[in-house]
Amino acid sequence: MEHIVSLKDIVVNFDGEQILNHINLDIKDKEFVTLLGPSGCGKTTTLRIIGGFLEPDSGVITFEGKKINGLPAYKRNVNTVFQRYALFPHLNVYENIAFGLHVKKLPEREIRKRVGEMLDLVNLRGYEKRNISRLSGGQQQRVAIARALVNRPKVLLLDEPLGALDLKLRKEMQIELKRIQQSLEITFIYVTHDQEEALTMSDTVVVMNQGNIQQIGTPVDIYNEPENAFVADFIGESNIIPGIMLKDCLVEISGREFVCVDKGFGNNTPVDVVIRPEDITLVPTEDAKLSGVVTSVTFKGVHYEMVVEAYDYQWLIQSTRSAELGSAVGISFGPDDIHIMHKMKG
Amino acid sequence: MKKLSKLYVGLILAFLYLPILVLIIFSFNTSKSRSVFSGFTLEWYEKLFHNELIMTSLGNTLIVAVVASLIATVLGTVACIGISRMRKAPKAVIMQVTNIPIMNPEIVTGVSLMLLFVFFAARMHLEFGFVTLIIAHITFDVPYVVLNVMPKFRQMDANLYEAAQDLGCGPVRAFFKVVFPEIMPGVISGFLMAFTFSLDDFIVSYFTSGSTAQTLPITIYAMTRRKVSPEINALSTIIFVVVVVILIVKNMIERRAEKKGAV
Amino acid sequence: MKQKLLAAPYLVWMAVFVIVPLIMVAYFAFFDSDGNFTLQYVADVAQYSNIFVRSVWLAALATVICLVLSYPLAYILAKMDTKVQSTMLMIVILPMWMNFLLRTYAWMTLLGNEGIINTLLGYIGLGPFKMLNTQGAVVLGMVYDYIPYMILPLYTVMTKIDKSVLEAANDLGCNSFKTLIKVVLPLSLPGIMSGITMVFVPAISTFIISRMLGGGSNLLIGDLIEMQFLGNSYNPNLGASISLVLMVIILLIMTLMNQFDVDDDRVLM
Repeated sequence: MEHIVSLKDIVVNFDGEQILNHINLDIKDKEFVTLLGPSGCGKTTTLRIIGGFLEPDSGVITFEGKKINGLPAYKRNVNTVFQRYALFPHLNVYENIAFGLHVKKLPEREIRKRVGEMLDLVNLRGYEKRNISRLSGGQQQRVAIARALVNRPKVLLLDEPLGALDLKLRKEMQIELKRIQQSLEITFIYVTHDQEEALTMSDTVVVMNQGNIQQIGTPVDIYNEPENAFVADFIGESNIIPGIMLKDCLVEISGREFVCVDKGFGNNTPVDVVIRPEDITLVPTEDAKLSGVVTSVTFKGVHYEMVVEAYDYQWLIQSTRSAELGSAVGISFGPDDIHIMHKMKG
Repeated sequence: MKKLSKLYVGLILAFLYLPILVLIIFSFNTSKSRSVFSGFTLEWYEKLFHNELIMTSLGNTLIVAVVASLIATVLGTVACIGISRMRKAPKAVIMQVTNIPIMNPEIVTGVSLMLLFVFFAARMHLEFGFVTLIIAHITFDVPYVVLNVMPKFRQMDANLYEAAQDLGCGPVRAFFKVVFPEIMPGVISGFLMAFTFSLDDFIVSYFTSGSTAQTLPITIYAMTRRKVSPEINALSTIIFVVVVVILIVKNMIERRAEKKGAV
Repeated sequence: MKQKLLAAPYLVWMAVFVIVPLIMVAYFAFFDSDGNFTLQYVADVAQYSNIFVRSVWLAALATVICLVLSYPLAYILAKMDTKVQSTMLMIVILPMWMNFLLRTYAWMTLLGNEGIINTLLGYIGLGPFKMLNTQGAVVLGMVYDYIPYMILPLYTVMTKIDKSVLEAANDLGCNSFKTLIKVVLPLSLPGIMSGITMVFVPAISTFIISRMLGGGSNLLIGDLIEMQFLGNSYNPNLGASISLVLMVIILLIMTLMNQFDVDDDRVLM
């Protein structure tokens, strides 16, 4: 498959600090790619390099196979939806959306037609004359998307576009964005620190931390097979327990041996063991290798969230059935639920 | 309490306006007396308009104010683009320097510029006159432009400029299409402030004008030094009326703009 | 990178016409016409110490009067209905837009022996009082000319005080007066400080008000400087050193004020 955008060995330093540390990333055409990570991980910097707002200190960026280092933003076939929308306050909805087409000096009839299509796409028909300051956050968001898409970019860059919206609206817009991306069949590169958002919308998730790419994969891969403890911890909630890989398919946790499915870590290697809270079941103490005391129970709607203290480690457990506070319970999980990772450095 | 407040405001307003009111009344007085009103006349207004010194100095004032405030506006606005791109530390230093002409006593600004001009006059072909006057006015005008425009850059979404570039504008075009409309209110208020300060300035002009390019305030000063002349009363009345009209118009425009923004 | 360069013309301008002239003032204060270093001029300033004392005293007096008169006014204005507020403020500030020479001239005609006040007093058998060419007239002129500079910052800072803060003070048992002292006053301190600066600096350096309303007998620092540069006794070196001392005095007083400001904050915390 062809790569529409490729970053090769990208390095960015700022004030002596390394923001991007030799990043390599290939983005397939028509894909919804999310750059996910905590603030300061370099995801926005990566986006700005693709947008043309920032030149990397070294490394190559290609667009449809051609090197575009040094090409200014206004010459790239890429458009951006900015974090706080950056709508032009002195222009109304129509003029904002038409801005890029006016700059390209398209005929007025063509502009009207294409802006109209966009208004339909983002459900803003009838708002043409509206002043930007009199739109709700969600409407502003739609204008920003329309303003970028009307230029028919090959790639749309979105920098935490839903960050300023409330939860309900955010969920709606997530579905809306996915719908737009699929109907237009263009590449979306989406930056967020919200893991749920990333998992909901993306075809591919790129998890970043401290200027490094931690893992690239589908949402399911990222969630089920995190490559290291950072990813596991960042995506969803996890129990990360120190363990020792005794040999292939056998790991020791809190002094007990468990069968698992991972191989190739060598013998007697210290590792991090990751187990998702929902993969753990509570059983009578006599049926489990590990047991502990329930120290907290919280009702979360769909499930209960419980903390069980066992062998100096606090296990986070999600279950539809609650256990009694203070009671002794057994902790059980299958071989598939155990994810072994290399110990995190530092 | 309410009544007391009203009384207090009334007293202060009386203090502020009575002297001006007296000037206005006596500008229509037939005699030169400052205390007895002996009859209505427009004689002083007529004399005022035929007073060549006043008319030329009024012309000088307008020329200096327009030229100086325009140059200051361009110089200051362009500077703000540059300053807004700087890091904190150099920005802070520049803003300190910007504050010097505002914080310094005007007389010090005046004499320090006079020393500079005397120095240059002795070595080059520089004579005290329009050039020195306009330079001096730009110098005390430009900080007001910078102080009015800088906040607009601070308030502006930093991504606007990038958004315009993202949508196909080159750097210069992006500035004029997007950034300029945003900072425009600051540029205009900076210009107006500079213009009024230039019109009104006496002290700095007094030290930097020489004898050829007298501005209106300098002429007024010379007139107050001499014997009583009711022409000043007439001039004060005209200036007062002009100021009132300008402020009312300004207020109306602002109200209209507010209404427009609110609907 | 390139955009930063746009600030260059401005920086050059400010360097040549603000910084260099001030350096020249310092140079003239410490070097004679032959370029030799001397402390003579600065020492000469001492013989005018009475004028310095008078200037500081009259300017301080005018500043205090401005503050006392403006504070209640700003408070009343800020509490007014917002619709009337802007109009009222405009009316209060309007005289500021008249040239201050004319405003000062107005008092010349009012205070004179044949002026309207003495004439009116004469009708009821009083006076005439000598009002013009006195220190009182100078202070009055300063108050009249510069009071808008006190009202404006006070008003601005008071409109920014959150109404709920005042309600909280009431809720916690403060009556109006206590609220004023314990809440409004400390919160308006920045406005007081900038008002004092904006009145005191022009007041201490004026030469117009003292000349027009004070006659020849109430010289201030401003008159002294003006005389060295444009008067009969042309002496730029002495004028420069007086200017320098004036700047130092203002700087000292402002630093002192800021000190007081900071200390007060600490007490409040």
